[in-house]
Amino acid sequence: MNKSFEPWLYLAPMLLFILLLVLVPLITGISYAFYNFDLISGTREFVGLDQFIRILNEDEIFLTSLVNTLFWTSTSLFFQFTLGLALALLLNNGFRGIKLIQPVLFVPWAVPSFLIGLMWVWMFNPVTGPLPYLFEWLGLMDLPENILSDPDHAMWGPITANVWFGIPFFTIMLLAALRSIPREIYEAASMDGVSGLQAFRHITLPLIAPTIIITLMIRAIWVANFAEIIIVMTNGGPANSTQIVATYIYDTAYQKMDFGYASVLSIALLFMLMIYGFTLGHIRRKMKVYI
Amino acid sequence: MKVIKYPFIIGFLTFTLFPVFWMFKISITPDRLLYSEGIVAWPSNTTWDHYYAVLIEGSFPDYFLNSFIVSITTAALVTIFAVLGGYALSRFQFRGKIALLIILLLTQMFPIVMVIAPIYNVLTYINLVDSISGLILVYTAFNLPFACFLMQSFYDGTPMELEEAAMIDGCTRMQALEKITLPLCLPGIGATLGFVFTAAWSELLFALMFISRQSQMTFPAGIMNFVTKFSVDWGQMAAAMILALIPVCIFFAYIQKFIVQGLTAGALKG
Repeated sequence: MNKSFEPWLYLAPMLLFILLLVLVPLITGISYAFYNFDLISGTREFVGLDQFIRILNEDEIFLTSLVNTLFWTSTSLFFQFTLGLALALLLNNGFRGIKLIQPVLFVPWAVPSFLIGLMWVWMFNPVTGPLPYLFEWLGLMDLPENILSDPDHAMWGPITANVWFGIPFFTIMLLAALRSIPREIYEAASMDGVSGLQAFRHITLPLIAPTIIITLMIRAIWVANFAEIIIVMTNGGPANSTQIVATYIYDTAYQKMDFGYASVLSIALLFMLMIYGFTLGHIRRKMKVYI
Repeated sequence: MKVIKYPFIIGFLTFTLFPVFWMFKISITPDRLLYSEGIVAWPSNTTWDHYYAVLIEGSFPDYFLNSFIVSITTAALVTIFAVLGGYALSRFQFRGKIALLIILLLTQMFPIVMVIAPIYNVLTYINLVDSISGLILVYTAFNLPFACFLMQSFYDGTPMELEEAAMIDGCTRMQALEKITLPLCLPGIGATLGFVFTAAWSELLFALMFISRQSQMTFPAGIMNFVTKFSVDWGQMAAAMILALIPVCIFFAYIQKFIVQGLTAGALKG
């Protein structure tokens, strides 16, 4: 068989789906950026780059939402990843009752995101949930108040919900990677006197590195684009303190019905995620040398 | 090591289960006690009325069935395509590979809200609007890039030497993949299946936008419909949520076998 033709054969079924149902719609969606949609007449008018000028010059909410996106994504990801890795190592190590406990720990990943939002709204509400009383008892708050209505700390509400939801993702992926490492490698290493932390640093970490990079890359992109929890919990408020670019796009498209400008905002977000993705992709290619 | 292990496990369990416990508590609290009793760990009186309402009066059993068909079909399709595609990306160097990786990554970066209208047009064109078949196609397409990356990273973490040895011994590439590499990647396949299943199980936005017939509605869209139709009945919604968790827990308990086993023991010796 022709060597250069072979990989495309394996990729073909997948690419067909992606081309028809993702790429074509994506290009159409991007093209909206060059049109101004008129709701009353239902028509659209080609405006070229006019709306791109708007985002650069006169949109303060965009800047706020950009800073918030950075905080939301990095904080959520930090806790999801560190806790997820810790849990994966614990589960890989094994303990009594693991068969029963492991599926229970994966439950949050299965909860639809709007329900996660609603659930945590109740947890944070002093009328229905216990958390404000816990914070008061811990001395974090003077009175049991709703953190979601405090502009300085509101973002921690959706972040908590997001961390709760996202830990299992990292745990499952990293656990699967840990399980695929042949045990003989550790046995051979321990015969050579390598064990414990050293084995983790020089065997485990390099072997699960591809999974770590790919999950971090994908998750960051998803979290940055993940609007549902915030929309349900705070809808970007109070005073835009939880407005991220993704919620702002949603707001622009479906509340203000300004699809053209929403597409411009999407392209801006896409552009920033691309820079992030390429940086990590570059690191991953470098890493392949070790494996 | 042992000493610090258990407090950690208890910590994780508490963090995971407490909100679910709280929802369960709300689901069995009679409506009249919900606000009057304030914050208590357990209501003075319990009721199964909310579960009864959800299961008998709503169309939730139908939603369950639809969601199950959609999720299991999507998971199977995506995993098959990703097992093939990930293999190509991991084991071959070919022209256009970098461009392909970039395109796959790009598909993850554009906000979903902006592609809903264009996808609706595609579905109309192939006559699959308002049916779970259309939904399966869309879910498959959107889950493929990540599943493919994931399988690629699992192949990357598997020693290529075993496969090459098998091919030198006279196996074809497909035989080597099937007999040597896939068993090693079984945890990865399990993770991919589980991941795609839950993604399809909990997806809301597409389901809301593309499905309007009751008979084709999935579970999250059904709950959302329920919320908007009957204002917010918290007890019933909590009950619906607890019910929604059950199939996924069962599915995960099953998938776990693959993730836990890691059939690698003896591979290097044998």
